[in-house]
Amino acid sequence: MGMTMTQKILAAHAGLPSVKAGDLIEAKLDLVLGNDVTTPVAVGVFDKIGFTRVFDKDKIAIVLDHYTPCKDIKSAQLCATARNFAKRFNITHFYDVGQVGIEHALLPEKGIVGPGELIIGADSHTCTYGALGAFSTGVGSTDMAAGMAAGENWFKVPPAIKVELTGKLKPYVSGKDVILHLIGMIGVDGALYKSLEFVGEGVKELSMDDRFTIANMAIEAGGKNGIFPVDEKTLEYIKGRVNRPYNVYEADPDAEYEREVVIDLSTLEPTVSLPHLPSNTKTVSEVKGMKIDQVVIGSCTNGRISDMRIAAEILKGRKVADGVRCIVIPATQQVYMDCLKEGIAEIFIESGCAFSTPTCGPCLGGHMGCMCEGERAVSTTNRNFVGRMGHTKSEVVLASPAVAAASAVLGYLGAPSDL
Amino acid sequence: MYTGKVFKYGNNIDTDVIIPARYLNAPSPEELAKHCMEDIDIDFASTVKEGDIIVGGANFGCGSSREHAPIAIRACGVRCVIAANFARIFYRNAINIGFPILECPEASEAIQNGDTVSVDFDSGLIKDETTGQTFQAVAFPPFINRIIENDGLLPYLKARMDAEEGK
Repeated sequence: MGMTMTQKILAAHAGLPSVKAGDLIEAKLDLVLGNDVTTPVAVGVFDKIGFTRVFDKDKIAIVLDHYTPCKDIKSAQLCATARNFAKRFNITHFYDVGQVGIEHALLPEKGIVGPGELIIGADSHTCTYGALGAFSTGVGSTDMAAGMAAGENWFKVPPAIKVELTGKLKPYVSGKDVILHLIGMIGVDGALYKSLEFVGEGVKELSMDDRFTIANMAIEAGGKNGIFPVDEKTLEYIKGRVNRPYNVYEADPDAEYEREVVIDLSTLEPTVSLPHLPSNTKTVSEVKGMKIDQVVIGSCTNGRISDMRIAAEILKGRKVADGVRCIVIPATQQVYMDCLKEGIAEIFIESGCAFSTPTCGPCLGGHMGCMCEGERAVSTTNRNFVGRMGHTKSEVVLASPAVAAASAVLGYLGAPSDL
Repeated sequence: MYTGKVFKYGNNIDTDVIIPARYLNAPSPEELAKHCMEDIDIDFASTVKEGDIIVGGANFGCGSSREHAPIAIRACGVRCVIAANFARIFYRNAINIGFPILECPEASEAIQNGDTVSVDFDSGLIKDETTGQTFQAVAFPPFINRIIENDGLLPYLKARMDAEEGK
């Protein structure tokens, strides 16, 4: 029986000729990731159990992105714990304020993750790197500690859902609309424990940033990972970034899939997820006019340069509506710098947006944009659970950067075509 | 064999509900435990007793990768969680801290809030003492049993690494 792309990567890292869904394997890791929320917990258990070394200081990434620049004393303590650990073991890929970006935008940008690699991260959106043809998945802090010590971990080989993409996206429809549409189709547990394997002619029409956004939210369908084949766009992206040997894997023609889903990209419309589940999807035209108090453009899902460009294109020469707070957060220092160089930062500021240095901040109700009771945001982030961006009676509507920017101008939920 | 009173919840109990993000910077499991489930059940943390059992529906523990979720539940005194199925990171995190969880759609469906339930981890047998019904959960594979027996992934790895280094 053939293997999926995910299964091939797992087999290779387990040193096995083949694996099948359900197998429990121990596999070698190419990278272990943690952030300022999860690393301190990992450090605590790492020290408690008495490990005295890390498996490879070049294969660990510690990225202080969630509550930074530190929002309070407790957060500062968490960062200090992570920082001291990085210093103690001379961790190569340690990113602190001034260099830090949101981990899942930063690692691909720096070439720290590449095709065919096996990456675990103590952050659920670690699945983002599937866009590069890697197997990457979110784990807990204990897994992170185990990975840092042993350089390997256990995995249950996932079955797969094949998502065949056809056609081409319409203007102002993006990767975010694709993944929200898919989650709406299959539900928040539609891909539980499974890999989402994206294939088809439509893939080559998607930019790398679109692919990152799609792979990023595989977890919102319950997926273990989301993965894209490696093509010319992938190779173009990693050129000059990934300066080490890497492997390109392809699914076998007779690979087994539990389910096959087809999405014609040309039929998709600007899509949103209403509170309080990412699967609660509607097209913008169905729910246009919902009152909003806040707009957030950023996050590991949509804080890349193409996201900033599309938002700026819409905001240019326009003003954020009275009564709406629009917060724009580029995901990395490089994206921030590009925004400055391209005049995008100026557009945001002139239109009345707050424009901040990189942080996860408001996405998880951490800082930089918490909401009080009764408020509602349109946000390019990835989760709209109860209390996600602040008060338990505040609401988050998930949307693309185009829809978020248009809504900021309109003062209510709407699409660029409503401007 | 453990026996406890059931706190029953529905489908898609997410990690923001189990332990809200606003408490993630709490310093200890005991502190986390005080806020466990508070956004859907304000009385949970004050009424749950050592040995009690949580029964959830499908996709229990979905959302963030925070290990704080099973840590908070265990720190409340809860002995195990039974659900129709679990979100995979929660499943991993629970096993990795040596906290037993059982997948059993039939038990998840039939057991009611407040029932007294007995669980035998070795056999995977679940008995609702209130109604007399019994259910067979998916038994742990041997690999996972070894991790749970070692009280979690890290002690298991440490023991193995020490053995390999001849300590």
